[in-house]
Amino acid sequence: MTKLVVNQLAKTYGDPAKGGVEAIREISFDVREGEFVCIVGPSGGGKTTLLRCLCALHGRSGGRIELDGRDVTQPPPEIAAVFQDYSRSLMPWYSVRRNIELPLKNTIADKKERSERVEWSLREVGLGGLGDRYPWQLSGGMQQRVAIARAIAYRPEILIMDEPFASVDAQTRAGLEDLTLAVRDDVGAAVLLVTHDIDEAVYLADRVVVLSSRPATVMEIVDIDLPRPRDQIKTKGLPRFAEYRTHVLELIRATSQPEPVSEAQQAVAATLHGN
Amino acid sequence: MKRFARLRSVAVSLLVPVVALVLWWVLSADNSSPFYPSLETILTNFRETWLFERAGSDVVPSLTRLALGYLLAVAVGIPLGALLGRVRVVHLALQPAIQFARSIPATGLVPVSIVLLGIGDTPKIVLIAFVCVFPILLNTVDGVRGVERGLEDVGQTFRLTRRQRIFAIHLPSAAPQIFAGMRLSLSIAFIMMIVTEMMGATSGLGFVTLTAQQSFQIPLMWSGMILLGVLGALLNALFVLVERRVLRWHYLSTGRMR
Repeated sequence: MTKLVVNQLAKTYGDPAKGGVEAIREISFDVREGEFVCIVGPSGGGKTTLLRCLCALHGRSGGRIELDGRDVTQPPPEIAAVFQDYSRSLMPWYSVRRNIELPLKNTIADKKERSERVEWSLREVGLGGLGDRYPWQLSGGMQQRVAIARAIAYRPEILIMDEPFASVDAQTRAGLEDLTLAVRDDVGAAVLLVTHDIDEAVYLADRVVVLSSRPATVMEIVDIDLPRPRDQIKTKGLPRFAEYRTHVLELIRATSQPEPVSEAQQAVAATLHGN
Repeated sequence: MKRFARLRSVAVSLLVPVVALVLWWVLSADNSSPFYPSLETILTNFRETWLFERAGSDVVPSLTRLALGYLLAVAVGIPLGALLGRVRVVHLALQPAIQFARSIPATGLVPVSIVLLGIGDTPKIVLIAFVCVFPILLNTVDGVRGVERGLEDVGQTFRLTRRQRIFAIHLPSAAPQIFAGMRLSLSIAFIMMIVTEMMGATSGLGFVTLTAQQSFQIPLMWSGMILLGVLGALLNALFVLVERRVLRWHYLSTGRMR
C-alpha cells in the first residue's frame, strides 16, 4: 500500500524573477507503508527543503503531497519528525520525560496510559530509567535517542528524519542506525530519512532516492535488495552493498560541482610532483 | 581544601565593608558637626526608629506599595510582551505609543500622577507599575522572538496547541531575558518607591527621610539611608534566590552554576 505520494513537488524561495532561489524542482517519489526510504544528495542541495515541505513546515511552489490520498497542507498527525540538531529540538527546561510527554497530551487523554507510553518509548531507545534526567545531562547520542523516543511515542505512520546522525561521532552513529532499524521493526512505521552519507543510506534503506544538486531533482530511485536484518559488518561486507554504494556515489559525483582548485593548492601539487 | 577556599573568598568579600564601617565609626566618633553625626548616634537612631517604631507605620506601607506596583508591572508586562512579540499587528499598533511613553523621565510623572490619581496609595502603585513595566515588556518581546527555529519546528510538527506553544516553548525560552528585565525593574521600582513618597505622601521611607532632612533630624535621615541600603540588598538577594530556582535549567545547561 502506498502511504505517501510526492508528485512534481517544487519550491522556490523568493521571487524567481528577482533572483529567488529554486531549491527543488519537480520531485516525485512515493513511500509505501512500513517502507524505509533514504534520500541522498549533495550537501546544500535542497534535501532539508524537501523534508520541510513534507512536514508542511512551509509552503510549496508547486506539485502535490498526498498522505493516504489526502493533500497535505498542515502538519499531519501521522507524521513525526527527528531533526538534525538535537540540542535545539529538545526543551532544556523540561525533563526527558516531559519532553516526550508534551505532544502526547493532545493524543492520549488518560494520564496513566500516557506515562506508560513514555516509559515504553524510553525503553525502546535504551534509555529506560533516565526519564528524570534533563537533556543537557545526556550525551549527544543519548539526546538524539530522546528525540527518537519522542517521535515514536507519538505513534506516527511515517517517521521523518533530517540528517539525524550528522552531529554524533562514528561509533554512536552506527549504534543509532541499528537502533533506528530495530525501532522501525517494532513500531512498523515507514521511515523517510535524509542523509548525505551514502553508506548510511544504502545500509538502512529499502529504496534510495538520489537527488541532484540544486535545484534538486530526482536522478534515480535505487531499489536496495539486501537481506534483513542488516548488520554493520556482514551487510557492509556484501559485494552487492559495494555495488549499490558505488552506483549511488557515481550519481552523486556526476551531479556535484567539482571543488574549485585554488592557486595555493596548485602550487602544493606542483611541489609534490617535483617540478 | 575547598571549604578553606570558600572561607577565604568570604573573608575577602567582607574585608572592605568591615574596614569601611570601622573607619566610619572611629573617624566620626567625636564629631561635633550636626550634619555628620557619629555612626554610633546613627545606629542608635536606627534601632530606636526603624526597629520597630516606624516599621509598621512607614516601612510596611512603602514595601507594600513597592510589591503591588512591581507585581502589577510583571503581570502586565509579560503577557503584553508575549503578545507584542508574537503578533505583528499588535506590535505595529502599539510600538510608537510604547516608545513615547517609556521615553518620559519617570520622576517627571510624579506630579502628573498626583493630579490624575490624588495623593493616596493608588498613584504611587500605578506610577511604580508604569515605570517598571517597560523593561519587562521589552525584554519579553525580544525573548519570545528569539525562540530557536528547531523548537518552533517541533511545536508545529507535533501539532502543539497555541497554548502549549506559549507556555511550553515561547515563555520558558524567553525566561532568561524576562528575568533580566525583571531584575532591572526591581531596582527601578525601589527608586520609584522613594521618589513617589517625596511628594504628596504622609507615610513611607521617602517621606520620613525627606521630612527628617527638612526638620534637621539629621541622624534620622542618615539611618534612613542605611535602612534603604539594607532593604535594597535584601530585595536583590531575594530576587537572585527566586531567579536561580526558576532558571535552574538555564544556569546548569549553560554551565554557569554547579
